[in-house]
Amino acid sequence: MTLSLTNTAKTYADGTRALKPTKLDIAQGEIVSLLGPSGCGKSTLLRIIAGLETPDEGAKLLFDGEDFTRFPVEKRKVGMVFQSYALFPNMSVRGNIGYGLKMQKLPKTEINRRVDEVITLCQLEPYAARPINALSGGQRQRVALARAFAPRPRLLLLDEPLSALDAALRGQLCDELAQLLRSFGITAIFVTHDQDEAMAIADRVAVMSHGEIAQIGTPEVLYRAPQSEFVARFIGAAMPLGRHIDDNTLHFETGSLNLAGSQAGKKAFIRAEDVRLDDTGPLRAKVISVTFLGTHYRIALAGLAPDPVFALHSALSAPKVGDTVGVAINPAAILMLPSDKKAA
Amino acid sequence: MFKSPAKLFQLVITLLACAFLLIPTLQSALAGVTVNYFRGVSSGLTFKWIIEVWALYSGSIFLSIWLALACLMCTLIIGVPAAYALARNPGRLSRMLEEFISLPLAIPGLALALALLQLYGGWREFRMSWTFILVGHVLYTLPFMVRSVMSVLAAIDLKTLEEGAASLGAPPHRRFLDIVVPNALPGILAGALTVVTLSIGEFNLTWMLHTPFLKTLPVGLADSYASMRLEIASAYTLIFFVMIVPLLLAMQWATARAQRIMS
Repeated sequence: MTLSLTNTAKTYADGTRALKPTKLDIAQGEIVSLLGPSGCGKSTLLRIIAGLETPDEGAKLLFDGEDFTRFPVEKRKVGMVFQSYALFPNMSVRGNIGYGLKMQKLPKTEINRRVDEVITLCQLEPYAARPINALSGGQRQRVALARAFAPRPRLLLLDEPLSALDAALRGQLCDELAQLLRSFGITAIFVTHDQDEAMAIADRVAVMSHGEIAQIGTPEVLYRAPQSEFVARFIGAAMPLGRHIDDNTLHFETGSLNLAGSQAGKKAFIRAEDVRLDDTGPLRAKVISVTFLGTHYRIALAGLAPDPVFALHSALSAPKVGDTVGVAINPAAILMLPSDKKAA
Repeated sequence: MFKSPAKLFQLVITLLACAFLLIPTLQSALAGVTVNYFRGVSSGLTFKWIIEVWALYSGSIFLSIWLALACLMCTLIIGVPAAYALARNPGRLSRMLEEFISLPLAIPGLALALALLQLYGGWREFRMSWTFILVGHVLYTLPFMVRSVMSVLAAIDLKTLEEGAASLGAPPHRRFLDIVVPNALPGILAGALTVVTLSIGEFNLTWMLHTPFLKTLPVGLADSYASMRLEIASAYTLIFFVMIVPLLLAMQWATARAQRIMS
């Protein structure tokens, strides 16, 4: 393991527990995303790794076996991309990118060579001599990335690097960022509250909630086999399904579905893409709302659970509000999860 | 353009106000180069008085310039790090310290000078040297430097910029020199010009602290008004103008520039 954190926690002076004791191992070259709603402790964890926050007593941070828990930021050899980018307004693009190399006291020719290299890699050639305030948001983001990467850090940390951009640009830059990080071949940790970003960029995603890692795994595993209600709801917006479970039968207001084996004490969840409108289906539901989204309709249905259940319906026409429709659900697509009292 | 009576009225008032301020200034300046003030400009123009003032008071002029520069050095060395520390650690204690530094603004210079005399008056060498006046000037001008730098620092996200520099391997002193100082420069410049202008023009504190061998420009001015003929006093005023007006203009420019960055 390249980076290994054990028993890392953070309690603020006023007693707030921002991060519960956390264990995290990251392999060489791996890109890990810390994903969660605001206030879940993801930024705190990132800042502890960066050395910008001091963890509680008992924490241990290892890099290739070397303990760096007590190292100050400037000795950690980590590159950091800040949410606001924190580019130095008193320096040009070149000055910003070269700053870390200057701090390493490299000879001038070497600095110039490496700055040119990174500028080419990040496609910043046309902007190299510009002052920072003459750049667009997307360009700033790339300069921030280039600056963090230029000194060849052991670890690249990114704190919500796309959230300062407007929505249209975000999608495009997300792919670009994923591509750049892969081409760097660097170990990276990347904080976001956006599951699409996390899935697009990361090899593994750590979903965080209430100061702890709820589940960590590849995007596929998190999506297909969430271990808790929180993860299922947060990744892919799973919805509770049915009224109650009686051994191996899931009961609805009208009808029931057979489940594989006894599922007593668990809760059933379903995702919108697995709810099919089918007049021959075994279940009945009432349409409450219909939203046209181009590729499909998003239809809210009453009668499948205490709350409305959404269905994605790909067809040329949709039922009307108030209609009663038949619904088919493949029992294999139902996620059976232990009850989670905390989750919102 | 001036058809409406209201507009015309405004223009007349403005011109009158300008004349009220400018005419005495021009008259005083003119008196400094007139052969005999009581006979008026018809007596002829001369540089005689200015040369005489230079012969009598050039020491004061150089002392003032020297004091202003020394005062600037002190306020830079004390004020910039102090402003940085206050901006970096906002809190009640910082607010109190800021107010405390600003006290000399509210207290009359005479009272400040008296306190200095009471405290250090017995220390003869210090009392007799120019550094005694310097201490008074630094006390009086420091709040201007601190506030000017603080207001610029408050407008930038100093903490994150410093964290950025730290993550790139910059130790604390490099962060201060490479990030804090360059970004605070407009505030430092505005503060520096204010300090120099105030120090050159400072009278009431300096008057209490000066010795017969250490007269600054304004103290010399008072001296010439009290004991010299009117033409010499006027010529002195003229020299003072020539020195202080460019400084004032530069100060205006620097302050406007700092405010542009803050907004």
